[in-house]
Amino acid sequence: MVEFNLPANSRVTRGQAHKAAAGAKRVKRFKIYRFDPDSGENPRVDTYEVDLDTCGPMVLDALIKIKNEMDSTLTFRRSCREGVCGSCAFNIDGTNTLACTKPIREIRGDVKVYPLPHMPVIKDLVPDLSVPYAQYASIEPWLKSDTPAPTAERLQSIEERRELDGMWECILCFCCQTSCPSYWWNGDRYLGPAILLQAYRWIADSRDEAKGERLDNVDDPFRLYRCHTIMNCTNTCPKHLNPGKAIASIKHLLLKRR
Amino acid sequence: MINTPQQTKKLQSKLGRVRGLGSTREGVHHWWAQRMSAVALLPLSLWFVYSLITLTGTDYEAFHAWAGEFGNAVFLVLLVVTMFHHAQLGLQVVIEDYVHSEVWKMGMLLFVKYATVLFAASAIFAVLKIALAG
Repeated sequence: MVEFNLPANSRVTRGQAHKAAAGAKRVKRFKIYRFDPDSGENPRVDTYEVDLDTCGPMVLDALIKIKNEMDSTLTFRRSCREGVCGSCAFNIDGTNTLACTKPIREIRGDVKVYPLPHMPVIKDLVPDLSVPYAQYASIEPWLKSDTPAPTAERLQSIEERRELDGMWECILCFCCQTSCPSYWWNGDRYLGPAILLQAYRWIADSRDEAKGERLDNVDDPFRLYRCHTIMNCTNTCPKHLNPGKAIASIKHLLLKRR
Repeated sequence: MINTPQQTKKLQSKLGRVRGLGSTREGVHHWWAQRMSAVALLPLSLWFVYSLITLTGTDYEAFHAWAGEFGNAVFLVLLVVTMFHHAQLGLQVVIEDYVHSEVWKMGMLLFVKYATVLFAASAIFAVLKIALAG
């Protein structure tokens, strides 16, 4: 059965409190999930008081400030700090999003930062994403064509190119993937919204000649049809893309070819 | 489930696990049957509820006579078949979503299939008995 309660060794305890420097006027409290597999201890939530007058505007600015100035043991992924690389995806204030594009001022009360939901945690805010990466590899996300390669580019009309809008922008941050209850319960077999969006990105590409093979690959009660149009994916996407619509398009094509 | 420690200790590659036994290539039929039965249930349910409302306050004989009429009997059989088929398809998805023990899953799937067929057969027989026996 689905586990609705955390196992005993996953129960989150209250952690340490780190005070802001004396004299700080605009203090915001960050409650951050901490887990160290080497310690053998349960995960805990540490509280950090951040002086917003000496901090950048985004949640990621605060995380970096905490790591630099308050607690260097805090572990998280980040790289581009401008919403392009997809590294700093966390569950912030109850919603999966990118810390680098989430303004602190949009969050009322304490800022709660947890790792992406229902993934194994490697340390603190770093989830193990190796299964979604393998699922991405399984849809073979590269151009397949039997037509001999042209000496110049493979041409697309403006209309054909437009089909890819809303999909090429995906940065594979897995905010949608880990917000989907179907993926939580059946992530071993369901491909999930991020991967299905990518699958459709290649199905919809006019230059690709393996549409049938790609549709065969996802025509499966678990790989595709665990999607019950819950739409958490579309609600949470920090790039404002629509994985739910891409999945519906795949279902539509599978019906069309019958 | 992938996230249990026992399974992460397996040495099979992640890609091998994800590919598993391959695609069944038959998901679309179940999905489409669910949609088609849902669409058919719309007018059938409306007709059934409307009929019940118009029959409210009448006695057993009136219900008996209503169910025995040719058109009503046909629509009742269609309603029963569509409803239980749709219920069976939907419950199967719910069980596959939430029940991860193979034994429980198989047991519950069989129970749902057999129970819906039993209920549908009983209901159809009841309608036919009224309609044919007069």
